Amino acid sequence: MSAVQTGEIITFFILAPLAVIGALGMVLARNAVHSALWLILTMLSLGVFYIVQAGPFIGMVQIIVYTGAIMMLFLFVLMLVGRDASDSVIETLRGQKVVGTLLGVGLAGLMATGIYQATRDYTVVGLEAANKDGNVQGLAKLIFTNYVFAFEVTSALLITAAVGAMILAHQEKSGVKAVGQVAKMRERFLPGNYPGPKPGPGVFATSNSVATPAKLPDGNPSQRSISPILPTRELTAAEKADKPTLTGGA
Amino acid sequence: MTPMWYIVLAAVLFSIGAVGVLVRRNAIVLFMCVELMLNAANLALVTFSRINGTLDGQIMAFFAMVVAAAEVVIGLAIIMLIFRTRRSASVDDANLLKY
Repeated sequence: MSAVQTGEIITFFILAPLAVIGALGMVLARNAVHSALWLILTMLSLGVFYIVQAGPFIGMVQIIVYTGAIMMLFLFVLMLVGRDASDSVIETLRGQKVVGTLLGVGLAGLMATGIYQATRDYTVVGLEAANKDGNVQGLAKLIFTNYVFAFEVTSALLITAAVGAMILAHQEKSGVKAVGQVAKMRERFLPGNYPGPKPGPGVFATSNSVATPAKLPDGNPSQRSISPILPTRELTAAEKADKPTLTGGA
Repeated sequence: MTPMWYIVLAAVLFSIGAVGVLVRRNAIVLFMCVELMLNAANLALVTFSRINGTLDGQIMAFFAMVVAAAEVVIGLAIIMLIFRTRRSASVDDANLLKY
């Protein structure tokens, strides 16, 4: 594996452009959900790179932890925090985007050429010797000997992060008084309040969408039957027309 | 081709992430750009591991992933908190320490 083989070259030149496209797509996409999906493309490509570079364990961890867990967490938060919260186009600092892009191009050029020049003459040792008992076994030997302290500290870090996230995301329900059962019942049967359950959305032969309102006895759609955030589905004339089953056959 | 191409790719991805942090406004997208930079660093670490013939680089990438997971959890909780109080995920809106 120390020498780069043809298969790896092909893999690299297919996946490296995909990774760069994913990264660019993430930065350029207006919609935050699209950004997340582009980033998943990049992370999956990187996972394949790790596996190709004699790191099957780290590659699978990349795919499971990064694309599986972290990006799903991102998507969850995006759905909670309003996915249509698109970027404002107003620039607080004028020309920030242009300058930022120029800086980025400069940084990429400097880093890529600099590191490439500096490391070009290195002899690549390869991981055959280190991986001779298997990659996972080799990693385990290191983690539980040289890096055992870092490994233990990691557990403290994860516990702290979990507790911290719970504390941060916890919502204190202040100002809302606890209402007893009796008071709740009284309120429910007060005049002006409809005590029964709300009608469910309509499920008709033409539609089983929750956005189709139920019909009142006079045939009008009941707005109470659908959630206020759903746009009412307008039925076409053909859908509204009485079906042959009602008229006794066409 | 030598494994150094992976380093070049890592540099390019890192720079794209840096540009994203500079030009985007949405806090969550900003966070994704930081994740991209961490990923680029991980790619460099794994490649260094291969160049040097020891597994230490892969272990460092592994620890970086663990730290990134913890960081994402806390960061997203903070973003949620800011969104709850300000109804906005834009980093330009939150320009005061309180309120």
